[in-house]
Amino acid sequence: MRFNRIISAVVLNILGLSSGLMITGASASSAVPWQKDFQPAVTSVMEDVHEFHDLLLVIITLITVFVLALLLYTMWKFSAKRNPVPSKTTHHATLEMAWTIVPVIILVVIAVPSFKLLYKADVLPKVDMTIKAIGNQWNWGYEYPDHGNFSFVANMIGESDLKQWAKENKIKNPKRLLETDAEVVVPVNTNVRVQVTSNDVLHAWAVPAFGVKIDAVPGRLNQTWFNVKKMGIYYGQCSELCGQNHGFMPIKVRVVSKSEFANWVTAQRAAAGLEPLKQKRREVAKLNNSPR
Amino acid sequence: MSNSTNSHEHNDHTPTGWRRFAYSTNHKDIGTMYLIFAIVAGIIGAGMSVLFRMELSEPGSQILGGDHQMYNVLVTAHGLIMIFFMVMPAMIGGFGNWIVPLMIGAPDMAFPRMNNISFWLLVPSFLLLLASPFVEGPAGSDGVGGGWTLYAPLSATTPGPAVDLAIFSLHLAGASSILGAANFITTILNMRTPGMTLHKMPLFVWSILVTAFLLLLSLPVLAGAITMLLTDRNFGTTFFNPAGGGDPILFQHLFWFFGHPEVYILILPGFGIVSQVVSTFSRKPVFGYLGMAYAMVSIGVVGFIVWAHHMYTVGLDVDTKAYFTAATMVIAVPTGIKIFSWIATMWGGSIEFKTPMLWSIGFIFLFTVGGVTGVVLANAGVDTALHDTYYVVAHFHYVLSLGAVFAIFAGFYYWLPKMCGRQYPETLGKLHFWITFIGVNIVFFPQHFLGLAGMPRRIPDYPDAYAGWNQISSYGSYLSAFGVLVFLYILYKTFTSGQKVAENPWGEGATTLEWTLSSPPPFHSYDELPKVK
Repeated sequence: MRFNRIISAVVLNILGLSSGLMITGASASSAVPWQKDFQPAVTSVMEDVHEFHDLLLVIITLITVFVLALLLYTMWKFSAKRNPVPSKTTHHATLEMAWTIVPVIILVVIAVPSFKLLYKADVLPKVDMTIKAIGNQWNWGYEYPDHGNFSFVANMIGESDLKQWAKENKIKNPKRLLETDAEVVVPVNTNVRVQVTSNDVLHAWAVPAFGVKIDAVPGRLNQTWFNVKKMGIYYGQCSELCGQNHGFMPIKVRVVSKSEFANWVTAQRAAAGLEPLKQKRREVAKLNNSPR
Repeated sequence: MSNSTNSHEHNDHTPTGWRRFAYSTNHKDIGTMYLIFAIVAGIIGAGMSVLFRMELSEPGSQILGGDHQMYNVLVTAHGLIMIFFMVMPAMIGGFGNWIVPLMIGAPDMAFPRMNNISFWLLVPSFLLLLASPFVEGPAGSDGVGGGWTLYAPLSATTPGPAVDLAIFSLHLAGASSILGAANFITTILNMRTPGMTLHKMPLFVWSILVTAFLLLLSLPVLAGAITMLLTDRNFGTTFFNPAGGGDPILFQHLFWFFGHPEVYILILPGFGIVSQVVSTFSRKPVFGYLGMAYAMVSIGVVGFIVWAHHMYTVGLDVDTKAYFTAATMVIAVPTGIKIFSWIATMWGGSIEFKTPMLWSIGFIFLFTVGGVTGVVLANAGVDTALHDTYYVVAHFHYVLSLGAVFAIFAGFYYWLPKMCGRQYPETLGKLHFWITFIGVNIVFFPQHFLGLAGMPRRIPDYPDAYAGWNQISSYGSYLSAFGVLVFLYILYKTFTSGQKVAENPWGEGATTLEWTLSSPPPFHSYDELPKVK
């Protein structure tokens, strides 16, 4: 495995890509100009995607370079000038066995981490809270069922309103096509389940930095999860063609500390005319325990 | 040879003028019509791609004036045109019709009249698709903007007749292909000349045989799916509408049960063409012939059981995703066999770098690049991050735009002297290759970066961070478009001042039967069936 790491580091350096495992710097996460690799990972699932993709990138680069080198050498060595009389060889059992079996071995090497990642990303751990994202043409509705089921709709800040909006909200560099008028707020280091559905056509709820992408399908309730390690603002975009304004229904998630989250929930509940959280919980418990 | 065939000129049953083509039952004339059709459709489809690359060249609205529906219409039409009206007609209808009967020593296709209707169905089909942008689509705008996959419910709920026109277009194109497929299967299985056993057939014929089976088995499923879509739209059924107990995901299963074999339909004839060209210009028989033939068969078979790898994010069960990951990766094995066998065919050969050979070598390398990114995408775990991003766009253009299209050009330059009796200008042919090679790589390589960075597909405008690579990509598209102009000039030069050629302009490497006939071959190719040892 260590050998693997070394080759990986060398190849990635040659390709000019730093290993995705490093999480550094900026707290707001979206793509940067001339980006060549994944966005920095902020969940352990996305870290695993980075690591697995690094392995894949090394393997596929070596294969491509090998094929290219073989092609160029063959073209040079066996050009009509250098080799006027062609050989008549058309079979070589050992060679044919080799180029069947070696790819199989490479695929097995790929498959093991692939399945590990797949099951980790797909199978939900014990979740701490649930949010619901509902796709509409062309905005996202959100519900917080564990916190009194308050809800809101997040629309993109249009290009014409962006400057004004940024000024009002004191945001220095607003991101065109990514900012929304309402943010999804979730606490840091918390297992959050996202349930996704749609009211009209297909959409997909995606946040690249989380390694999350799940289709919003009318009549179905899909779910996925994330646990963000780092506070900040993270952006995504609808990732399934949903009509004319498909490119204009972004996803903006603000990850905050647990206490900040509690404050935000209280404010949202107040705005929605709901009682404070604790009392409500007790009532629910009482209801559940009372004999029918 | 040409003397003996010419002396038997059949003056009866040789219609002239427009009747020769409109009423044609001759595989060579029908093949020619298919090729012309594919060139016309290819220019239209490529023109559309240049338009939306211009729109995407910088952030913000460029040439489409903020008409996002227009953008979606262009993207949708580009996909449908390139698949159904460019690659398939060129490879199967064009080269398949022209070359397969010649290669197996058959006098014509098994069902010549069916061959005629098979071509002429394609023309109204194309016209229906071209008409769709001019009729009403979603509220306040025109055309079909649902993507070439026509996913429900977007396509099921969009009002207006535009989507219906596209559905009818696909019905006709599908019927045309099914008829063609039945014709090829019958021809190849029954009309081979004595001595031409299945295991002596040239690999191009093998590739068309496998392709025809894929068409025959997969297209009816598409026809069913889009008919259900049509009745959902117009007759109140709810196959794909959850409000009536239907399921939008059902459409995706049906579509991709067709759609995945379809991508092999697009590339398998290319495998056949490249095998012929590489063998000819290396002056060596194909290395590992049986392995090559059965690699195509196994790609065809496995191609039917991997469809849901297009649907990793729809909410499939995790075990289902694990199965489709494994099954998809299996396809890398026969594909690897093909790549290495081509190189082994060149190994020890005496290689001449004529234009068709350049396109074929380009194909081998670029198809490898597209193939390995396919292995990346096969893994459901990573595909979660890459699904519906530009990484996928880059991947399938490397295997199709740089794979299938390179194979088409390889075949075109290879058989052009046979088909028209004149040699193309060699230097210009090589120039065409290099311009296209550089151009398409500039278009599509940066799209890998955009996809990794998270840029979604099918968006008419993008966050500013994606501007750099998009601009580069657009420049590549302009260069590739210039390549198309060079190609048209080459056609003009070939037909006006190309050198006349004899039976076999390629020398001893060209061993298949079509090179024993005059160039162009007589109207009735074989008066006596050729004998194969």
